Amino acid sequence: MVVVFGILFVRLWFLQIIHGSRYRTESENNRIDLRDIMPSRGLVFDRNGRLLVDNRPSFILGVIPENVRNLDDLLSDLSRLVDIDRSTAEEKIKRALTGDPFRCVHLKRGLSRDELARVETHMVTMPGVTIEVKPQRHCINETLAAHLIGYLGEIDKEQLGKKEYAGNKLGDFVGKYGIEKKWHEYLDGTRGGQQVEVDASGRILRVLYQKEAEPGADVYLTIDKDLQVVAEQSLKDQAGAIVAMRPKSGEILAAASSPTFNPNDFAKGMDKRDWQELISHRYFPLQNRVISGQYPPGSLFKIVVALAGLEEGIIDPDEKLFCGGSYTFQGREYRDWKEGGHGYVDLHRALVESCDVYFYKMGQRLGIETIAKYAKHLGLGRNTGIQLGDEKQGLIPNRAWKLRRWHVPWQDGETLSVAVGQSFVLITPIQIARFVSALFNGGILYKPQATLWIGRNGKKDLFEFKPEPAGTWDLAKQNMEFVKKGLYGVVNEPHGTGWRARLKNISVAGKTGTSQVISLPEDKETGQENDIPYKFRDHAWFVAIAPFEDPEIAVAVVVEHGGKGGAVAAPIAKALLQEYYKTEAL
Amino acid sequence: MFDRRLIDNFDWILLAVLIVMGLLSVFNLYSATYTVRAFGGGQIFVKQICWYGVGFLILLLMTTFDYHMLNRLAYPLFFLSLVLLVAVLKVGKVAHGSQRWLSLGLFSVQPSEIVKISLVIILAKHFSEDERIGNYRLRDLVRPLILTVIPFMLIVYQPDLGTALMLLIVSFSIIVFAHVNWKSIVIFLSTAVLSTPLLWATLQGYQRKRIIAFLRPDLDPLGAAYHVTQSKIAIGSGLFWGKGFLKGTQTRLHFLPQQHTDFSFSVLAEEWGFVGSAVVLFLYLFLILWCINIARSSKDRFGALLVIGVAASIFWHLTINVGMVTGLLPVVGIPLALFSYGGSSVISTMAAMGLVMNVSMRRFMFQA
Repeated sequence: MVVVFGILFVRLWFLQIIHGSRYRTESENNRIDLRDIMPSRGLVFDRNGRLLVDNRPSFILGVIPENVRNLDDLLSDLSRLVDIDRSTAEEKIKRALTGDPFRCVHLKRGLSRDELARVETHMVTMPGVTIEVKPQRHCINETLAAHLIGYLGEIDKEQLGKKEYAGNKLGDFVGKYGIEKKWHEYLDGTRGGQQVEVDASGRILRVLYQKEAEPGADVYLTIDKDLQVVAEQSLKDQAGAIVAMRPKSGEILAAASSPTFNPNDFAKGMDKRDWQELISHRYFPLQNRVISGQYPPGSLFKIVVALAGLEEGIIDPDEKLFCGGSYTFQGREYRDWKEGGHGYVDLHRALVESCDVYFYKMGQRLGIETIAKYAKHLGLGRNTGIQLGDEKQGLIPNRAWKLRRWHVPWQDGETLSVAVGQSFVLITPIQIARFVSALFNGGILYKPQATLWIGRNGKKDLFEFKPEPAGTWDLAKQNMEFVKKGLYGVVNEPHGTGWRARLKNISVAGKTGTSQVISLPEDKETGQENDIPYKFRDHAWFVAIAPFEDPEIAVAVVVEHGGKGGAVAAPIAKALLQEYYKTEAL
Repeated sequence: MFDRRLIDNFDWILLAVLIVMGLLSVFNLYSATYTVRAFGGGQIFVKQICWYGVGFLILLLMTTFDYHMLNRLAYPLFFLSLVLLVAVLKVGKVAHGSQRWLSLGLFSVQPSEIVKISLVIILAKHFSEDERIGNYRLRDLVRPLILTVIPFMLIVYQPDLGTALMLLIVSFSIIVFAHVNWKSIVIFLSTAVLSTPLLWATLQGYQRKRIIAFLRPDLDPLGAAYHVTQSKIAIGSGLFWGKGFLKGTQTRLHFLPQQHTDFSFSVLAEEWGFVGSAVVLFLYLFLILWCINIARSSKDRFGALLVIGVAASIFWHLTINVGMVTGLLPVVGIPLALFSYGGSSVISTMAAMGLVMNVSMRRFMFQA
């Protein structure tokens, strides 16, 4: 014991007396500090290995609060040299002064060449200002697949406590949305660091230890870049959404939402101004309409009513009903989209020509509860489980819902509106794409997925796509076959509403939908679309699937306030199929 | 039940030493957390005063009964502390990647601190009841070994390798003091060393990593090795007289990690220099020698071993902690008993010192 005490005394003597002056100098002048070595974030590719997102060097303007002489002078100098928001910068520096004043505060990312040159020439007169070079996230095609890829942002308090962000510190840029958020843990890599000796002015004298950073893993998406480009171009200058999917696996081949945004703006670090502009935009560019745009399905919903009617034995496919252009129920007139009506139609013709009167009658026979039960069972009005942020589930109304939500009982007339996809019914584009996929793959609801594989150096070790069935339709095969033939007719038979989606060498099936935003006064209804104010125009829908015999691709298109589905949405679906098959139109 | 002679025999010197220790600890913590206080984290030295207050009450409480009672209570107490250790694994709070705390509503306890005391008691009982005083053979060590290994493994699972190691060392110290013959110790140690590779083979990959990180913290240049570098600069820059109270620059600028717990000695050495650190070391030396004196003059073997166990615990805390902050030993995360911040640590140490006081007071009394 005496020996141990002896050793401790000698050790203290050694540290404090013999080497004391050296340590004193180190404590006063030089500091031993830790510097991070940031890992390079994993890249994002499309399904064919075409690069979508990489990292580019970017110059960051920073300030070390402790070294600033006069904050006001510095801020006016900087706002003269660089385009920054002065109040945001002041707030950031003041907040840092109450914490660790030696920690560099980043004021602006992505300095332009001019700004860089201006700051560098004035560096001497602005103590405390630093320029750092750091990799910055960069979407090569700017807005391409922005909603799917998502963006980065400075880590927030809530994320700091989570397991996925365990390797991150305050000030880090982390995934905030889309794939960047979903796979952040894999993309991010592992931080390295250096133990360095720095002098009083912060210059590194020597590196004592170094631990290299480990780069993040690469993510390969299921989307096809070419198809994505066509989808986004089709929606240019219009609000809406397009999703293309493999019917037999749930892989998403393209997912476009318009209007869109540029993730590169986020990488630079947005100031309050830009952010305000983005979130107060009247068409909500940040919303991913593919999964969170909720629209009335219009005539697309007739597929549900047809399946339900056949399954329940309420519809006899050979029974012909007369359509004279409208149907009167409880003293109210329910109109068909076609003035003068369709004449005598059976189920097949009713689907092909999208006869409203036929489905009013069928809806009336089925009743709202049965319709709602089937719609839910077939995957509408509920989440698909895509796990890409903010998925909305839509709405399939029934009696209980109406009473709960509106405190009034269900009106029988509303059932008629539901039967043609109006009234309260809301669905999302991803739901309808999955729905039509299931109809053509034998009734399997696959979970939509956007990631093909994740790994480093081509090894698919972190994640690999496999189809995930999330439910099976409990329907008779011949009923599905009957409805499928109806959808083939929509595109390929005379009077079919979807003829604009027809292709020469590929057999396409599909269904049009035109959903009313509000019920218009009668005199307006027959008028030209262009005469109606934009926000009152109908939403145009089209779902397509091809080839009919053995489907490889399903496409859902919605154009907000676009007008008629057959006229507006069907040609867009056709453009995607053409790109997919690279064929000429019929 | 309270004999007047007990008050006459009260160990005022032991109490005085503990009070001085407590004051030094609080002053040092005041300085160590001085800058943190500006950001609302300044309750620490106040809390430490409270812990010491509670600690002294418990110390007095521990003197009110005859320590021979513990002879009878040894097994129930030991069993209870094992139950707490199991409970902490099931429902304990997770902090800094390990599960060490048991929440009791208003406050939390660290069962591993309680088991340290109950293990000392049960080992003292074991060796005092064994007929063959001294010259224990290897097989006589089986029982104490099992008694040590059970809580040891439970603490390793938390994982709190520092405290677990402390348990082993303290129990080994008691075995040595109980005069086990040296041949047995040598055989025992060599078996332990030889069985290490076997044990190693049964461990999972992540468990091995954790143990390597524990034994070779210098392999992590951004963690422990960095802390040691900063700690050495802090201590060394104190020179002979120190930089003065509240003037430690390493402390002020937060270069020292955990400056109020594991590295509190570095704060002292920076601000009070060689003189201050030497005074504190002498204080510990005095405390330990005083305990050994109590043990020597204790009227029975049970009391003597009890005091030796407590003294050994203090001694090893000091050795490992000061060795670690001066860069002689790996950074294993062991606080300096009586000096570092920590409720469980202060209270359990004071409770242990209460036992020492108890034995000290009853040295000159004989049972009727």
